[in-house]
Amino acid sequence: MSDTILELRGITKTFPGVKALDEVSFELRRGEIHALMGENGAGKSTLIKVITGVYQPDSGQIFLDGKSESIRGPLDSQRLGIAAIYQHVTCYPDLSVAENIYIGHEKAHPVTRKIDWKELHAKASELLRSLDADFGSRSIMGGLSVAQQQIVEIAKALSTNARIIIMDEPTAPLTKRESEDLYRIAEALRDRGVSIIFISHRLEDMYRLASRVTVFRDSRYVGTWSVDSISRDELIVAMVGRSITQLFPVRKVSIGEEVLRVESLSRTGFFKDVSFSLRKGEILAMTGLVGAGRTEVCEAIYGITRADSGRVFLSGEELKAAHPSEALRLGIGYLPEDRLKQGLVLEWAIATNVTLPSLERFSRLGWMDRRREDAKAKELAERLEVKANSVHDLVATLSGGNQQKVIVAKLLTGDMKVIILDEPTKGVDVGAKTAIFNIMNELAAAGYGIIMVSSEMPEVLGMSDRIVVMREGRVSAILETSSATQETILGAAMSAAETERA
Amino acid sequence: MAERSISVDRPRGLRTFFLQWEWLLVLIFVVVNVINSNLSPYYLNLGSLVGSTNAFLDMAFLVLPMTFVIVLGCIDISVASTVALSAVIMATSFNAGLPMPLAMALCLVVSTACGLVNGLILVKFKELPAMIVTLSTMIVYRGIAYVILEDQASGHFPNWFSFLGWGSIGPLPFILIAFAACAVLFGLLLHKTSFGRKVFAMGNNLTAARYSGIKTDSVIVAVFALTGLMAGVTALFLTSRMGSTRPNVAQGYELAVIAMVVLGGVSTSGGSGRIGGPILAIFIIGYLTYGLGLVNIKANVLLIIIGSLLILSVLVLNLRFGKGHRRPASPNAKMIAAGKAPDAKL
Repeated sequence: MSDTILELRGITKTFPGVKALDEVSFELRRGEIHALMGENGAGKSTLIKVITGVYQPDSGQIFLDGKSESIRGPLDSQRLGIAAIYQHVTCYPDLSVAENIYIGHEKAHPVTRKIDWKELHAKASELLRSLDADFGSRSIMGGLSVAQQQIVEIAKALSTNARIIIMDEPTAPLTKRESEDLYRIAEALRDRGVSIIFISHRLEDMYRLASRVTVFRDSRYVGTWSVDSISRDELIVAMVGRSITQLFPVRKVSIGEEVLRVESLSRTGFFKDVSFSLRKGEILAMTGLVGAGRTEVCEAIYGITRADSGRVFLSGEELKAAHPSEALRLGIGYLPEDRLKQGLVLEWAIATNVTLPSLERFSRLGWMDRRREDAKAKELAERLEVKANSVHDLVATLSGGNQQKVIVAKLLTGDMKVIILDEPTKGVDVGAKTAIFNIMNELAAAGYGIIMVSSEMPEVLGMSDRIVVMREGRVSAILETSSATQETILGAAMSAAETERA
Repeated sequence: MAERSISVDRPRGLRTFFLQWEWLLVLIFVVVNVINSNLSPYYLNLGSLVGSTNAFLDMAFLVLPMTFVIVLGCIDISVASTVALSAVIMATSFNAGLPMPLAMALCLVVSTACGLVNGLILVKFKELPAMIVTLSTMIVYRGIAYVILEDQASGHFPNWFSFLGWGSIGPLPFILIAFAACAVLFGLLLHKTSFGRKVFAMGNNLTAARYSGIKTDSVIVAVFALTGLMAGVTALFLTSRMGSTRPNVAQGYELAVIAMVVLGGVSTSGGSGRIGGPILAIFIIGYLTYGLGLVNIKANVLLIIIGSLLILSVLVLNLRFGKGHRRPASPNAKMIAAGKAPDAKL
């Protein structure tokens, strides 16, 4: 047999409306650390879920030790010796470390089903020792740090005799030193003959640890290289590709005076020293990898959370109270990332959703004026071309794109100056995307200052005037879109390059 | 640029009109009265039917704000203790020499403060569920009432005070008129004002309400303070009717009140319901109690009947209205259910 332990051939997986994996191949050798890279949404996570049996591929084959296997569920994958460790550890925080390691496969007496706790702890301690853990098997899981919890997860993987361990962005929540510890553990596992698939956005992780790297882009397999043979720039080009789809409307830009200024905004653990400004009629894209702190910054500006330090000015007036009602009063509107949970009351009609942020404008002495409410909702829904028969249609019956338009309509009931759109095209189809872009252009032309948080490079480059790139909670670059390329953006989002301020 | 016209029509039609929970309540109400009048020849007499309302309307004042609390997705089980505490403080302060009108005002102030405390604890410590907070204050308020009065009764109120519970204006008991006025006010507040709109929004999706700039903390405090105020009103009418008060008055009112709200079709997961349902439920349970009392059916049997009625109503609400009526059948329905759970924790 060759030294290939796992091979995937021509894996395709589609979800309604989206092709998550398109004829993807992947090959993992015995005892190697193999990095898997790609932009957000490139299909890495879907591939992991196919390997661990969470998803069934629509077509394609999986070979383990050269034998074709179908992995129908997590139990199957466990039996085959595959284990996954996720960025956010899923554990039972109130149970002990040993219980967490052995949960689901604890050895019990054949008749009484009584667990031999002594043996369980002895075995768990042995595993922890082999990983150089600095905590015991009786520690409570919830009291451990994220790094320690990851070690428990690794011990759990080893306790099931895993031969393939998948680590999904394990270093993202870790400090540099904790990452070093994890590297050492990963190398020790490799030396024991375990094969590791390592997913990370950090280029340094990959260069430090992996021997080979596979890149995915737009749900497709791009290629596999030996780490020594590919430069950082070549790798970024492989991840970004060259194709820019032309779905962005042409716009006339007329940028006015400054409307929003953010000065060294910081919130411990989330973002630090974030400064930028926004002018009237400008579309400012805010990009970076997932977890870079973009949404957190926007939520702090809007007052959902309170920043520890730093100041926000709207047309020269400082924003004091940290509450959305204050932001709305001064003219900052926010379209949240999770529209179902944060943006809409799904069981309500379009009209009542639209007026929710500005009920005071549609009531006199607290008394609702439903006729005015209906009229305003009709006006906005028609202006934004919401596909509905009546403003009393329930929002839950609308498509994703139309729901998004209803949230945009919410922002237009008041006198907004700044509109923050957090991933406005997430989960909407191409047609609705273009509609949302058109709306953004119209709003910018009408003098609104717009911040668009987006992970999608073509969208960032196609829609914005300037780009704020964030990396690990800091602004790593502010670029003029006219001179920016996907490479420079991704470079700023991923490298530890010098922070430059525009 | 409007290429497509969107109407402002509301969904109407006989089907939607008659498929409302309130019709079922009206039916139950009629059935209760028919059974009662068959059981007792003394029952069907307009004078006694109207007159009997003062026997059960004192707790009805609590049903109104409790509807707000439950629409909000919360619960308040401290209301009965608040009634006891405010009644006891009114009685002791009167007997200590405070003029009766001032003692009555004090009663309302104390009860509002009790509700305010509930609300403030809830918004300051968001990790505590309303059930636990009001369970604690329920014990505390009742405890204070016992400390003040021990196991004594306190009364000797001026004669005019009995007018609240026993007086009538023309043929109508004063308590019925007072309740009708409150019911109208609360109904308008819930269904016609921006405050009511906020309560419904928060009950449906607290996160979205907050992102929409609603001062959710203020709304919660206001609703609980309002509930406290109405507990004071209940204390006034109850004390007037009884002539004196003890620390153990209004025992069990909280559950009866919640039962009426739920029987009235208000969803305990928050965000839906109309004020008319709970008001109908007050009269259903009230007349059931009155009628069965006339034929000497024991109070304990009555509890069994009310309990069964409650389970049945919740079942019917879920079966009949759970899928088609309250929740639109949509691919999002599951996500609604999943997404809502954490928000409903209040």
